[in-house]
Amino acid sequence: MTETTDELPIESHGIEVRDVNKDFGDFQALRDVNLIVPDGSMTALLGPSGSGKSTLLRTIAGLEVPTSGQVFIGGEDQARKPVRTRNVGFVFQHYAAFKHMTVFDNIAFGLKVRKKNRSEIEERVNELIDLVQLTGLAKRYPSQLSGGQRQRMALARALAVEPSVLLLDEPFGALDAKVRKDLRTWLRRLHDEVHVTTIFVTHDQEEAMDIAEQIVVMNGGRIEQTGSATDLYDQPANEFVMGFVGEVNSLGGRLVRPHDTEILPVRSPDSVEVEIDRVVRLGFSGRVEMLTVPDKQEVWAQLTRSELETLNLESGSTAYVRPRPDALTRKDTGALDGTFREVSPDIHRPTYAGPELPV
Amino acid sequence: MAVSRPRAGLRLPGAEAAMTKGLVVTYLSLIVLIPLAAIAAKAFSAGPAEFWDTITQPQAIAALKLTAICSLIVVLINAVMGTLIAWVLVRDDFPGKAIVNSVIDLPFALPTIVASLTLLTLYGNDSFLGIHAAYTRFAVIIALLFVTLPFVVRAVQPLLLSLDRDMESAAESLGAGKVRIFTRIILPNLLPGIAAGVALAFARALGEFGALVLISGNVPYKTEVASVFIRGQIESDQVVGAAAVSVVLLVFSMCMLAFVNLIQKWGLRHDR
Repeated sequence: MTETTDELPIESHGIEVRDVNKDFGDFQALRDVNLIVPDGSMTALLGPSGSGKSTLLRTIAGLEVPTSGQVFIGGEDQARKPVRTRNVGFVFQHYAAFKHMTVFDNIAFGLKVRKKNRSEIEERVNELIDLVQLTGLAKRYPSQLSGGQRQRMALARALAVEPSVLLLDEPFGALDAKVRKDLRTWLRRLHDEVHVTTIFVTHDQEEAMDIAEQIVVMNGGRIEQTGSATDLYDQPANEFVMGFVGEVNSLGGRLVRPHDTEILPVRSPDSVEVEIDRVVRLGFSGRVEMLTVPDKQEVWAQLTRSELETLNLESGSTAYVRPRPDALTRKDTGALDGTFREVSPDIHRPTYAGPELPV
Repeated sequence: MAVSRPRAGLRLPGAEAAMTKGLVVTYLSLIVLIPLAAIAAKAFSAGPAEFWDTITQPQAIAALKLTAICSLIVVLINAVMGTLIAWVLVRDDFPGKAIVNSVIDLPFALPTIVASLTLLTLYGNDSFLGIHAAYTRFAVIIALLFVTLPFVVRAVQPLLLSLDRDMESAAESLGAGKVRIFTRIILPNLLPGIAAGVALAFARALGEFGALVLISGNVPYKTEVASVFIRGQIESDQVVGAAAVSVVLLVFSMCMLAFVNLIQKWGLRHDR
């Protein structure tokens, strides 16, 4: 958990969130959230849906007002300032493209609001169009672009006003796997070029670990742990983090990673009896899929080829598993079961009480 | 109102497609084209000179002028108020919203003569409100506003409902104020709906008869609208005159439709 003090935020902190709570009626979306995002860094808010990660992002942007707490951007508490004065760039999951405007006009929107002169706007927009690799598409409408292109346009639109922070709400969530992967690598490279303090929301741990320097794991409106990908993987603060960042087995009340799961041919005091279900050989390494006896829980172990050969397992046979002696384990209290809260109050949707209308 | 080009989806095979196409064309001809052609033929049956004389007689001009001007005023008010009502129904929450929403369709569902009678009770000489607006041009406009109320509301409502609100948040995050968000982001997306509603309301207003016949008083040169004038012509056996004025109304209507179509095409230019 992040350490905070009552002193004024240090200048170099890009963003600091202090003791933020947010309630939607009876629902507590954020509870005592404290977070420091270093200037010029890239941070991921990672968590299951309903964990509060989007609410935190929207609170930093000013799209939500916190029930209590402070949000410092550039050393100034902006928690109660409207979004339009905060100079943040916001990118939405579903692009939020101005569909009646061309790519050029979309990107130019923020500059026109700021009353820049025409030649300046033209120069800046063309520069950004090149930056996000949409060269030649300036006159297209969003409906004539692919999902990936639309999201890059939205990114250029947000960057046009030279925001002090860039906030992305599941930016790749609506894209297919291949485009997703390309775009996130591209975003990382863009960040290395532009250096704007960036926070993005994701529920995909691989995405977070791939491009973020700092990962904030959230659950049930709280921050469970903040740290680098290695920190989270090697020293998870609790079972939730362990289970959410990386794979785990539950063995006799302990959580253990598959590569820390040892298979024994004979019973030992701390082992669990299993039935071998399937042995998968993947070149150098291999995977053994097992079912515990008698409650048939799935467990798997990652082994090297020599270990596999030594054990010589066959499906249907009985074996015993336990955590390796030096393994990282966390107590399994069942918090991962059933799994994560699927609470997500649909507060941003329009309401309409009338009968259905012909569209 | 805009005709879309066929994309994917179910298509009928060759022979059936030809048959359904033939059926549609025949049906439209019987129901729409042939009657329209007949009225045009009737209007010109005594030659173009007679046609011109008929539609330029002072009483006809006065009726056509009144109809066109009142209709234009009415659709302009509708464009603004209809959008506002749709806005309130979609974006605001208040008790009784569902009831208000269903009241919108009432003027459309009500037999027009009943509407006229209602207005007469309200604004006539025996008005319990003490307002004597019957038999004035003001009454004509009120009656037309009454019957055309739903068109713009019902055309704008679904557009507003499906409008991506993140667009507004995005504009706000880029520094835009409320006025700019409305004029630059929301309004352009509602324009096709407003145009469609205006077109329907205008067509309705041009031809309205039932709602006006009691309340307007039908004073020639003053409150006599085109449709009432046409009835008068028929009653005095001036069938050609009636047809001629009808053709003029038809032309008005078609001009408006063409104009609205242009607006819609422009408004949907990004959606091709």
